[in-house]
This record gives sequence, C-alpha cells and structure tokens, in this order.
Amino acid sequence: MALDIFRKTKYVTVRPEGNQTEKRDIPEGLWVKCPRCNEILYTKELEKNCKVCQKCNYHFRLNVQERIRMTVDEGSFQELDHELTTINPLNFPNYSEKIADVQETTGLKEAILAGEATIEGNPVMIGVMDSHFIMGSMGSVVGEQIARTIEKAIERRCPVLLFSTSGGARMQEGILSLMQMAKTSAALAKLDEAGLLFISVFTDPTTGGVTASFASLGDIIIAEPGALIGFTGPRVIEQTIRQKLPEGFQRAEFMRQHGMVDMIINRLKLRDTLAKILSLHQV
Amino acid sequence: MALDFERPLLELEAKIEELNRFTQEKGIDFSEEIALLEKKSRDMKENIYSNLSPWQKVQIARHAARPNTLDYCKALFTDFLELHGDRLFGDDPAILGGLARYKGIPITVIGHLKGHDTKENVQRNFGMAHPEGYRKALRLMKQAEKFGRPVVCFIDTAGAYCGMGAEERGQGEAIARNLMAMSALKVPIISVVIGEGGSGGALALGVANKILMQEHAIFSVSSPEAAASILWKDGSKAKEAAEALNLTAEDLLRLGVIDEILPEPLGGAHSDLTATYSLLDEALERHLKELLQQSTEQLVEMRYAKFRSMGQTG
Ligand SMILES: [Zn+2]
Repeated sequence: MALDIFRKTKYVTVRPEGNQTEKRDIPEGLWVKCPRCNEILYTKELEKNCKVCQKCNYHFRLNVQERIRMTVDEGSFQELDHELTTINPLNFPNYSEKIADVQETTGLKEAILAGEATIEGNPVMIGVMDSHFIMGSMGSVVGEQIARTIEKAIERRCPVLLFSTSGGARMQEGILSLMQMAKTSAALAKLDEAGLLFISVFTDPTTGGVTASFASLGDIIIAEPGALIGFTGPRVIEQTIRQKLPEGFQRAEFMRQHGMVDMIINRLKLRDTLAKILSLHQV
Repeated sequence: MALDFERPLLELEAKIEELNRFTQEKGIDFSEEIALLEKKSRDMKENIYSNLSPWQKVQIARHAARPNTLDYCKALFTDFLELHGDRLFGDDPAILGGLARYKGIPITVIGHLKGHDTKENVQRNFGMAHPEGYRKALRLMKQAEKFGRPVVCFIDTAGAYCGMGAEERGQGEAIARNLMAMSALKVPIISVVIGEGGSGGALALGVANKILMQEHAIFSVSSPEAAASILWKDGSKAKEAAEALNLTAEDLLRLGVIDEILPEPLGGAHSDLTATYSLLDEALERHLKELLQQSTEQLVEMRYAKFRSMGQTG
C-alpha cells in the first residue's frame, strides 16, 4: 500500500548490464548529485563512504550485493537455497512476464538474498532484501527464504540478521503473499523459543507486511538514519486523513522517539555495531 | 440498501406481493400467476447466488445487514462478558473481546466489529483497528492460554486503520506481535471469516488451527480498491482486481489457506439469520470438539506446519 514512495527517487537509473549483477542507484559517471542536499559528489568518494553523503549524511539506497559487501567478512558469504524460483500461483495477468523482466534488469532472482556469513568472525545467518526487485515486495519465495534462513539458524544455533526494505505485499500473489507474514513470524517464534538472537535492520523504505511481521520482531531493532519505516505508507495516510503529514513523520528518528527501534546507526558504523552485538551474545 | 444484482429479484417479490393484495382486496383469483412468479423468483435467486462474481461477493461480504461479531456472540454463546482495554494505552471499540460459554465450555472470543449503520460504524471505526485493538486481542489470547480456554476469533475488517496515531503507536509491531504469539499459543484457536478479511489487520486474528470461511465472505491481501490503485494506479478498477486477487472462499480453499467453507442460506447470510447462525454453529462445534482432543504440543505443531506450508514456489 506504500508503493509510491519508491517512485519519488527520480535519480534512480538502473540500467541493464547483461549478466553483470552489480547495479547502481547512482548513475554511472564520475559525479552524482545528492537527492537531499543537492551537493555534487564524486562517485568514488561516495562509494568509499558507504554511499553516505559526506555533506548531509543522506544514506543512498543500496542493492543487495553492496549491502553484503559492506556488512560481512570478505569472502564469508555463502548463498543458501538458490534453487527456489518464483511462480505465478494465481495466474495473475502479466506476472510471469514481469518477474522475467525484473530478473533481467536487476540480475537478481528475487527480492531477497540469504545465506550464511561471518561478521568479525561471528557466524550469522543473513538475509538482505532489495527494493529494486518489485519494490522489495514479499511473495512466496521471499517468505520461504526467510523461514528457511531462520530454521537453518535454529539448526546451527546461530543468530539471524535480516536487512529489510519493502513496499509490503506482492499483490500478484494475493492471499499467499499475505500468509508469508504469518509464516515468517511463526518461524521467529521458534527461534525465540530456541533462545537465539534476531537482529532486524530497517533500511529505507520499509512499509506494509514486512513492517507488520518479521522486521518488527527483532530482539534488537536497528534503523539506518532517515529510513522511512511504517505500516501504511505516507501517501495513503495523507489520503485517509486528508491532511499533510508533518516533516519527519515515520522516519527512523521518529520511530526511535516512539519506542519502535532500539537505535539508529550510521552506515559507516553499522558493521562494528553488529559485530559488537553478536559478540555480546556469544556463549 | 439493496445490492444492484438483487434488484430484479426484489422487483419480482414486489409484484408477487401486489398480486396477493389484489386477491384480498378485489377477490380475484391470481393463484396461478402467483405460483408462476414464485417459481420464477426462486429460480432467479438460485441462479444469482450460485453464479456470483468475485466483485458481487465483495458487496455481499460488506452488506450492512450481514451479521457481525456481536450478533454471533449473542446468537451462539451464553454468559458473554465483554472485556476492555490493552492495559497499555486504551480500549479499541473496533475489536470486541471477552469471555463466553459455548456448549458448556468457557471460551475467549475476539472479533473485529463493524456496525450495521453509520452511527455504529463511526463508533466502531468501521471495524478498522488501531494498535491498542490488536494488543487487547493479544492480552485476551494470553489470558485464554493461562486458563486453558479455547479462542474463537471472528474476522471482519477492511484492514488495519491508516492514521497518524496508529503509526505513532506501532501498528506494524502490534500486528507482527499477534502473528508470532498466535503461532505458538498453547490453546486451540478457530478463526471464522464472517465478512471482509482485509490485509494484515485481518490476519492479526487469523493465525489459527482452523480457518473457516463463510461462502460469500472474502479474504484478501488488500481491499480490491487498494490493490487496483497499487497495481494499475486506478482505484476504479476494483472489480478487475477482485477477479485477479483470488479472494473468494473457493479460491482460498483451493490455495490451502482455509479449512472449510461454511454454507450460507440462499440469498446470503443476511437473508435468513436463524439459518446462518445454525450453519456456523454446526461447524464451530465440530471443529472445536476435534481440537479439544489434541494435546498442547499437537496444537502448536499443527498450527506451525499449517502456516509454514503456505505459499507456492518452483
Ligand atoms: Zn547530501
């Protein structure tokens, strides 16, 4: 229901690059303009700075490879369950074509990549969502990947780390998409019972069914600065209440103030923070 | 109040009534004509109600006269006692909860509550709950677990409320917490979709051992209107969205989401309340008896397995 928030990022130009999986939110070239402060940034500098604007601290949206690279120990990531594929269970008009198209342009199989990795030597099961794949919506494959990731963590007795970014449900999978909320939350109840740690990281933007399921169930919940976090997207709220929302409504800082997240961590310090949390839970 | 597709039927019924009046007032015998029209009316009703389109079902599911959670509480249970509040913020009138006795057994009952008219709907916020509603539901479920009472939920909501207060108080977290807690609850849970089941706001009362659904109820990832505006940027294509979303009871049974379709009287649940209550009663008693035979471990495992297997991948 919050899907329009993704369309506001006019600077996004994702270009098909054949089989190369590396995609950029930032247009190719030497320079890029920060969408918040309009500063012209040198691309190489920006990349070195974890895609955070040096001037205003704007956190550019990342794709899944960038996130994994910035988070885990080099070479430690092993993908799991790559064989899961998206089907069209409702025979929804044009859904199969849309999936094929998005797979082609993003080089991704689905809106999540999950696997095992280490962070400063701490083993973790990790799942990272990508908003470029049908707005990070949660269909059967996303729900199944998350459930398997959690179950694998229970089997190996290790923590779970999930990075969320999502517009909510995958409309084209109808009720089956809705049921992924129950599936992922039920898997977390098992993790809970097993006494294992779940760290949830909200990144910009996370709304809808992902906020109303696993992402809000972390033992520790982290948000990136400025991330939009909510159940209903701002546009729908504005239409419902017929007034403009105040500046900063549903942003990470607002959510922390309202008790919904434990901490807001700058991307440059995120890896260190995660390592510290993980080591505090080592037995 | 009449739905579009009910209109020819109502016209026919009016004609029959008119002929009956003529017979009485003028002493002319119209019995043959009346019998003919009555047959025609019955056939028409059967024809309409056995060929309802998904969009027509949406309209029946939202019918103002359709029995709501409170009606079922009064008709099926005795000793109903409403319990209020989440102990954290407030009481949400969009969700009704309390204690009752069903076939002699104490139960906890929780349901979204829509009104039958505008005044009731304003008071109940059209059955669209705030976080405090879901947290009240959770408190009552935990209480049921403590005292070993089965939980019966009625689902009847267009969705969770979309407002500022709801976001400030953590609408997402409130729904998520319910899904997680229900999946592990140590007592039987039966959820019955009695009208409109919309999005996470409906699912927050739906992680049950058995999900029953009335014949003309709907259960969907979002309202057809919202789906149309998300998918095609055109809220007026709700009818097309209703077709595509697979939201009827038949669809949900086929997709493995619900356990049983509860028949409704010809003409829909609102057309014959006594029959509607007894049809729901029969199924509820049967499923509850079955669940009461199960051990705690079986109940929890069975519920987990049910939701774990939902979804389709290649
Ligand atoms: Zn900037």
